[in-house]
Amino acid sequence: MSNLIFETSREGRRCVILPSSQMHGDDVYNEYIRESALELPEVAEIDIVRHYIGLSRKAHGVDNGFYPLGSCTMKYNPRLNEDAASLPGFAHLHPLQPEHTVNGSLKALWHLQSSLCEVTGMDAFTVQPAAGAHGEFTGMLLINAYHQSRKDTARTQVIVPDSAHGTNPASAAMAGYEVISVKSNDKGGVDIDELRSLVNEKTAALMLTNPNTLGLFDENIKEIADIVHDAGGLLYYDGANLNAIMGLSRPGDMGFDVVHLNLHKTFSTPHGGGGPGSGPVGVKKILEPFLPNGTIIKENDHITIKNDSEVSIGRMRSFYGNFLTNIRALTYILSLGGDGLKEASKNAVLNANYMMEKLNDLYTVAYPGTCMHEFVVSMEKEKHEYNVSAKDVSKALLDVGIHPPTMYFPNIVHEALMIEPNETESKETLDFAIQTFRDIYHTAMTNGQALRDAPLTTPVKRVDDVLAARSPILIYKKP
Amino acid sequence: MKVLDHLFYTESHEWVQFLEDGTALVGITDFAQHELGDLVYVNLPEVGDAVTAGKRFCDVESVKAVSDVYAPVNGVILEVNEELTDAPEKLNTDPYGAWFVKLGEVSGKERLISAEAYRSQTE
Repeated sequence: MSNLIFETSREGRRCVILPSSQMHGDDVYNEYIRESALELPEVAEIDIVRHYIGLSRKAHGVDNGFYPLGSCTMKYNPRLNEDAASLPGFAHLHPLQPEHTVNGSLKALWHLQSSLCEVTGMDAFTVQPAAGAHGEFTGMLLINAYHQSRKDTARTQVIVPDSAHGTNPASAAMAGYEVISVKSNDKGGVDIDELRSLVNEKTAALMLTNPNTLGLFDENIKEIADIVHDAGGLLYYDGANLNAIMGLSRPGDMGFDVVHLNLHKTFSTPHGGGGPGSGPVGVKKILEPFLPNGTIIKENDHITIKNDSEVSIGRMRSFYGNFLTNIRALTYILSLGGDGLKEASKNAVLNANYMMEKLNDLYTVAYPGTCMHEFVVSMEKEKHEYNVSAKDVSKALLDVGIHPPTMYFPNIVHEALMIEPNETESKETLDFAIQTFRDIYHTAMTNGQALRDAPLTTPVKRVDDVLAARSPILIYKKP
Repeated sequence: MKVLDHLFYTESHEWVQFLEDGTALVGITDFAQHELGDLVYVNLPEVGDAVTAGKRFCDVESVKAVSDVYAPVNGVILEVNEELTDAPEKLNTDPYGAWFVKLGEVSGKERLISAEAYRSQTE
């Protein structure tokens, strides 16, 4: 382990020596003066650079190697996106600039919103939400606003499948709804009979991911949509897995009323720390009036900002969302075009099926059959018979420079490994990963201890995640 | 996996112990804690809350996932086991001692199954 930046701190060391302040104390409002020292690390510029470059070399990203993290769509982020996002006309704007000086940027956002409408089959979009779960929360507020506007106020429940992303029930609960879980059937889709028994005059919405977290397309989607709509509820589409269906199938055509997308998944913008993310929300006409203020709209052929709508759910974020992230996604869409997006999805599905076919003689696929963009295997049998768990396989992958799949999710599959190779990986990379998975499996059969000891080549070896969760140390204390 | 004869169980892996004063203790089974793995957090309900048989009333977090715990019977919470807040590992080391809540006004025992039935379910 390397030192923390706090541990490299030396009193009085600076990056830049600033001249002493010309301001006197009485120039500043007293209430804004700190009473205690801030105690930021005091380091020279070279120390900072080495510290963070050192950390970056210990991390694993898409630019380092294969990253088949299920449901996260860790595709390559084309450098062209960065090129467009760093154009001075975009990069040097101030968020408070008057509208008439940023027409070009508003037009770019409008173009993105329109493109996302086209891809999803929705009527209107907002690019304001900052990430996926923020989009979900926005969608729940939109659904609530719709029901309230119709004086249909007794709808207090949101139905979520037991295979859903954890953010779905969390977002519904954050918006004040009671979450009702619907079981999956033996094919991994929504249990239609149970759904029928759960919908009623309290149903505000069903949240669904299609293809779902098992990598399966729910063939009953039309029937599901009818069941929910007939009960007066709306259909919410979690777009986390849109990468499987671009240009092939549209949530809007399946009957969904609200969708959120993760631009940092399907539309090749950076994830997490390198982000920020972006979680645009699209709606059908009936929900359009409620979209957040700040959404880009077109009025009489004039692109402008929706500002003071009374029925809007209000602003979900300051200014224009994560603007430059949205520019990156627009760049991706324009550089691939309609045919390119379709090809990306087809190759994502092909790559997942290729890996699954090459592994399913060893690994147990939880729901066998053709998958979409990802598939889930279960290590339950191996855990019982050889004491080798999904976690042990994941740790062993680290030793060969592959990021592990999503593990222990979805919850309905025990000892789950959820593998999503995505379309930007070559056959050679997939073949290397397949061989690695196979080698690890054979090691599990013959020398399980080697896997339980992994990883051995990483900067941090096997961590005690139980201790970390039970007694986390979250702040640095000066010794 | 340990199943105690004097307790009642649910198919969703909770146990109930009926006490002589008409109240009942509720926890999760040895099988449940084993499946969940090391537990790191317990989100307890509040005294006075009413619980409904088959509905979630609290949740537990392991290093793998957050899982709901369902009420085996109807009742009103008289006491919560605050000890679990600081020591969730009790659920792993002593699942039948680590009760979540004590319930009063207990009714609705239709979901409960015997130790014998639960044993055969988890075998």
